[in-house]
Amino acid sequence: MGILEVKDVGKNFGGLKALSDVNLSVAENTCHAIIGPNGAGKSTLLNCLVGKLIPDTGSVMFDGQSVLGRSPHEINQMGISRVFQTPEIFADLSVMENMMIPLFAKRDGAYRLHAVEKVSNERTLIEEAERMLDDVNMLDKRGMHAAAMSRGDKRRLEMAMCLVQDPKLLLLDEPTAGMARADTNNTIDLLIEIKEKRDITIAIIEHDMHVVFSLADRITVLAQGTPLVEDLPENIKGHPKVKEAYLGEAH
Amino acid sequence: MFGLDKKDTSLLWVVIALTMLAPFILNPFPTGSGMAQFNAGYPDLMQRFVIFGIFAIGFNILFGLTGYLSFGHAAFLGVGSYSAVWMFKLLSMNILPAIILSVAISGIFALVIGFVSLRRTGIYFSILTLAFAQMSFALAYSVLTPITNGETGLQVTLDDPRVLGVSATADGSIPVTNLFGLEMRAAYDLVVGPWTFTFSVGYYVCAIVMLLAFYLAIRIFRSPFGLMLRAIKSNQQRLNYTGLNPKPYTLAAFVISGMYAGLAGGLMAAMDPLAGAERMQWTASGEVVLMTILGGVGTLIGPVLGAGMIKYFENIFSKINDNVLHSWFSFLPDGIEDFIVLVIHPFVGKGWHLTLGLIFMLVVTFLPGGLVEGGQRIARALRKKKEDEPKSPSTEPAE
Ligand SMILES: Nc1ncnc2c1ncn2[C@@H]1O[C@H](COP(=O)(O)OP(=O)(O)OP(=O)(O)O)[C@@H](O)[C@H]1O
Ligand SMILES: [Mg+2]
Repeated sequence: MGILEVKDVGKNFGGLKALSDVNLSVAENTCHAIIGPNGAGKSTLLNCLVGKLIPDTGSVMFDGQSVLGRSPHEINQMGISRVFQTPEIFADLSVMENMMIPLFAKRDGAYRLHAVEKVSNERTLIEEAERMLDDVNMLDKRGMHAAAMSRGDKRRLEMAMCLVQDPKLLLLDEPTAGMARADTNNTIDLLIEIKEKRDITIAIIEHDMHVVFSLADRITVLAQGTPLVEDLPENIKGHPKVKEAYLGEAH
Repeated sequence: MFGLDKKDTSLLWVVIALTMLAPFILNPFPTGSGMAQFNAGYPDLMQRFVIFGIFAIGFNILFGLTGYLSFGHAAFLGVGSYSAVWMFKLLSMNILPAIILSVAISGIFALVIGFVSLRRTGIYFSILTLAFAQMSFALAYSVLTPITNGETGLQVTLDDPRVLGVSATADGSIPVTNLFGLEMRAAYDLVVGPWTFTFSVGYYVCAIVMLLAFYLAIRIFRSPFGLMLRAIKSNQQRLNYTGLNPKPYTLAAFVISGMYAGLAGGLMAAMDPLAGAERMQWTASGEVVLMTILGGVGTLIGPVLGAGMIKYFENIFSKINDNVLHSWFSFLPDGIEDFIVLVIHPFVGKGWHLTLGLIFMLVVTFLPGGLVEGGQRIARALRKKKEDEPKSPSTEPAE
């Protein structure tokens, strides 16, 4: 049994079948890539995992527990962190402050009234945040206003915010879109390193095949809301159905 | 110092100096001179400065940090005043228990109103708070007359029980509010040449309470809790997916700011032991919004400045009537004098709202960060000038 088990999930938007009969099993400590043409339902699937959407049918189990009906913060506290397709960061805060918030969430839980302690006295957390920023090559930007950063930097910051929580399952929605080539390669290296060092399961949505084939242990191809094939990366490469799905979209 | 970093400590010292020396600073003109009417250093007004400062500081903890705009905070101020007056009626004229009760009761009110209102965000939240405040106003004005004494307002009387004090003094008058015997209305006049400076016990009590409230606000701003509140304003979605539940944080901010309002209301009653429903009206709720925006939303000192500015206009600018204007411009030929007075007339006296409105529009348009941003810009311009000057070596002492 995988750490993440998606069974018969379906989701409709009005008349549009965004997802139907989705079955997915992600084994612990592996990287599972989900690819597919635009509008295939990839982001919708992630939304169903983190409590942003509730599927119309089916079940989603994480670590032996159902995530359905739980609010996003509860799901995160179970050990799932997510990077969004459009970067979701605290744009009005500094980079360092952005990093401190997930650390507080991890240490103190969903809520704690710590109104007179000082953020600047949290030496251990600050050091942890700095180490993480260093890992994503952003330590020099620690004091920067997050809104002022490039799109690629915002993505790296968001990824660092997720990684610093040390999640059991990391969900990445096109983490390298809008990144320069060098940063993309750094991101790949970072994720490979994290995979080796930590007990972490990764589910990644990505259009960049270089990223996919560098990281994925298994790949699911999603088309029009349904998984088309699921296989090892080497078997996906030349798969006729995959080509069809991508070419079909071009018409 | 005080567990604050250097910048906050110096800000706190500046505010301490300004409030402690206010009787001098606000009375720059000799008594009896033509400009004396611009003096704001009399106890009644100085008390209002700091009391509304407290109100605005608390309001800013909610609005400035979380971005939730409440249009009903005057309700908590009113609740604070009523609570305090009841304490004066039933227990004693000592202001300490009265103020403690004000803060507690307004905190409970804020918990209930906040719990319901915070189910919505944005404009719906604002409307809900407004509705609650208007409801409280209506209740205080009519339905709850036994508690609030309706439109007359709640006052202390000679036949109040005051179990720990006396119903009436030996000479048959109502006892005055005090802090363990120290009367709030006691004052000392210092005459220096043509100047008169008044030091009032009431003002200094309010000022010290404001300093404590200000200090607490700094601590909240710099705490993990304050960081969470700013995160709520910035991106609630991200906060959710980061494993944090925004609801208890916003509710806590709402209750804290409601307690600040209650504290202000309690102090108001401590200075002048009466409470009326008009303190809860929506105009009063709107006023604290204006104060905060005028001074600088989300800044530490801004709300205090905004409160001071609006209260100054309300009390000083409003006193300039046509007679005063004529006396200023009497040196001009009659026709021109009348004309100038005619032009200025709508902006002063009863027209002070117009001037304040214009200033508010200018500030919001050109200084979105309020008076604080104005101050920062001036400071930056001055610093630049200094840097342009050739640097003299040596002298600068190492810190
Ligand atoms: N909240 C929503 N309401 C209505 N329709 C939606 C909603 N979210 C997604 N859709 C629709 O569902 C389909 C799948 O969208 P989704 O964002 O999951 O695609 P995707 O695979 O992530 O595509 P892309 O590669 O472009 O990100 C699309 O047709 C989209 O328009
Ligand atoms: Mg998508």
